[in-house]
Amino acid sequence: MDFSSIVVQFLNGLAGASSLFLVAAGLSLIFGVTRVVNFAHGSFYMLGLFLAYSLAGRFGGTPTGFWISLLVSALVVGVVGALVEIVILRRTYRSPELFQLLATFAVVLVIKDVALAIWGADSLLGRRAPGLSGSFQFFGKVIPAYDLVLIAAGPVVLGLLWLIVRRTRFGRLVRAATQDREMVGALGVNEAWLFTGVFFLGSFLAGLGGAIVLPREPANLSLDIAVIADAFVVVVVGGMGSLPGAYLAALLIAEVKALCIAIGDVSMFGYTVSFSRLTLVVEFVVMAVVLVVRPYGLLGRPSATPRAQVAIMAASRPPRGRWILLVIAVLAVAPLLIDRYSIVLLNDVLVFALFAASLHFFMGTGGMISFGHAAYFGIGAYAAALLLKRAGLQMEVALTLAPVAGGIAALFFGWFCVRLSGVYLAMLTLAFAQIAWSIAYQWDALTGGSNGMVGVWPAAWLADKAAFYWLTLGVTVVGVLWLWRMASSPFGYGLRAGRDSPLRAEALGIDVRRQQWFTFGVVGAVAAAAGALYAFSKGSISPDVMGIQRSVDALVMVLLGGVHSLVGPLVGAAVLTWLQDEIIRDTEYWRGLLGLAILALVLLLPQGLAGARDLWRRKPA
Amino acid sequence: MLSVRNLEVDYGQAHILSNLALEVLSGEVVVLIGRNGAGKSTTMKAIMGLVPARAGEIRFQGHKVDHLRPYAVARLGIGYVPEDRRIFTDLSVRENLDVGRRTPSGAGALWTPDRVFALFPNLAEMQDRAGGMLSGGEQQMLAIARTLMGNPTLLLLDEPSEGLAPLIVEQMAEAILTLKRQGLSVLLSEQNLHFAHLVADRAYVIEKGRIRYSGTMAELAADKEVRDAYLSL
Repeated sequence: MDFSSIVVQFLNGLAGASSLFLVAAGLSLIFGVTRVVNFAHGSFYMLGLFLAYSLAGRFGGTPTGFWISLLVSALVVGVVGALVEIVILRRTYRSPELFQLLATFAVVLVIKDVALAIWGADSLLGRRAPGLSGSFQFFGKVIPAYDLVLIAAGPVVLGLLWLIVRRTRFGRLVRAATQDREMVGALGVNEAWLFTGVFFLGSFLAGLGGAIVLPREPANLSLDIAVIADAFVVVVVGGMGSLPGAYLAALLIAEVKALCIAIGDVSMFGYTVSFSRLTLVVEFVVMAVVLVVRPYGLLGRPSATPRAQVAIMAASRPPRGRWILLVIAVLAVAPLLIDRYSIVLLNDVLVFALFAASLHFFMGTGGMISFGHAAYFGIGAYAAALLLKRAGLQMEVALTLAPVAGGIAALFFGWFCVRLSGVYLAMLTLAFAQIAWSIAYQWDALTGGSNGMVGVWPAAWLADKAAFYWLTLGVTVVGVLWLWRMASSPFGYGLRAGRDSPLRAEALGIDVRRQQWFTFGVVGAVAAAAGALYAFSKGSISPDVMGIQRSVDALVMVLLGGVHSLVGPLVGAAVLTWLQDEIIRDTEYWRGLLGLAILALVLLLPQGLAGARDLWRRKPA
Repeated sequence: MLSVRNLEVDYGQAHILSNLALEVLSGEVVVLIGRNGAGKSTTMKAIMGLVPARAGEIRFQGHKVDHLRPYAVARLGIGYVPEDRRIFTDLSVRENLDVGRRTPSGAGALWTPDRVFALFPNLAEMQDRAGGMLSGGEQQMLAIARTLMGNPTLLLLDEPSEGLAPLIVEQMAEAILTLKRQGLSVLLSEQNLHFAHLVADRAYVIEKGRIRYSGTMAELAADKEVRDAYLSL
């Protein structure tokens, strides 16, 4: 590592920061005004890049054509964002909060498959900018000329946005609505159009962020999730609602990443640490550190901290005992009546029901949101596999110890997380989940890296699918009943008190933070048990078991089933698992279909599946 | 101008307003007077559409305004100044006024920043100060000024004198009387009988979500029984 390579990487970081900033600024604006955590924001970025690929490919032969192509791509994405707001989100604002989250997940799935249909599954590298395709020498290193454009783009857009927000009426309305949108409405401003306008601007920025990296980054279908994770990190590190903060955070993260690449491999005490491979983890480490030191981000302020709270519900009771027994009895005899394939599917349903129940406890009773619940599921799966394969323990022992590992890991993550609340807490859980994922993905020697581990089979007496199913049923029943029981124990009441009114609960002598911390441990252990069962039922695992997609699946299950019902997550898990299995078999476009199915449910049943029952029982209020 | 009939509002199981009726005529200042928790703020919010009414009819200048979204109610000419003021703390005084700005649908004198500064001279001196840096009295003035910028014909003032120093209360009363002279109708809620006497023509006494008494201020002043039953602490 020498001086020139550091400078080159520094410039590289500056160039990378711009695109990241554009995406994050859009996300931050949208969240500030509408309180929608827009998971589809990464998809808008991806769409911008794909559109730019096609448009610039056709019209980008001249400089004018090229730049107009990028701009038009961003504008089209802005229109798509506005349409998503008008057609879908506008109908969900009166639903429980977080339902919009579910809707935006669905949009992610739909956009992914639309992109797959139009552009295919391969990575596409776009046309270079005419006139800027060269490079220049800098201390003997080559720097692409286009990077200079990128370096300038961030501050320029920041300046323009600052002007819009400070000097126009639209900007003043945006700032006012970020603080108190109801009052803005009472002053005669039609919030619906303000929201649409903000969605247009935010999506435009995401699309532009994607379009401008055309000559630098290949377009591919995995960008949506990768970029949304990055954008969350930037927004949270910078401070929700602060545009300069978002730029600062984008810069910090891009530079730290670039620095890691510049440092490369370093040998210390006989170990070689590969910093360049740490780039996947490093931004999340930055985020964890910043949030512990400054809980509201670098430039965020507590007063401007909107809290996404789970809109909750009268305390729901478990179903009657005889119904529970009936369901267990039916599930217990099921393997005798159905084929092998169905037993495996039903086993999956049970595993995910347990997993979803743990997230439901975290959200419904604990009042916290987790965007990274797959971490505990995955840690359970990996703990089981590692104890079996690397430590040579018996399968029964590995299965018993996996929840302990999950619980300990969750307590470790939770220690940091409970210092925050609302969306910040949720995003920190995502950060930890990504750290866990990156470790599993990169530690080849221990975890098998991206290939994962194979031969994770259960003991001989459980080799039969039906036998293993009964084990899963037993663990799931015990786990779910334990969670239900805990929800109506003194601990559960204390948690609910802390959830509904933290200050009053504290005044009653309840240590809310400590209780939330304990909740992490509980749900971590339960989710890890589900993960261990999953590992043994499949016989192999890969880092996917703790990928963002699985965390999203868990959220979809809980939200689909209805947060306000204890049975909800179980129903949600069954429906989603069955839907996935059903659609995957028939079509390549299962994600898009799944997304459309979720959208239909969101629009038709705004209280979730289990809420449909209530709707049927009593007249709508 | 404004007529409310048979208004019922519930929060969950609790009845907040029952069979509430009131009327504001053009050019009148009417006070809704009652103790804490009597339902004054809820009445205001229900008129604005900020809380849903279970039953009842609210008409404004012939339009049925129940079931309208708050922005639509505001656009018809009802200006709302909430009890807790709800100033946009990050925005400057001038920017707060700009958020409230709205061209009137009908004819009438237009409110401009200069005109509201003439009404509240204190604000004129701090046009670029952030809303969050103002004192309670200044915030109350700004809240009223911001609403005036929407050129309302009826002003809903929720406890404008609450928590203000006596000198500021006098100024506030002066401002309300000025607005009345300019033809604005006002419905205000109050706990403070003294303040009500300064500005109002008529009064409704509200208790536990019901109107218990209505009459002119002079009649109310003469009726010790009503005052003792519903207003004394």
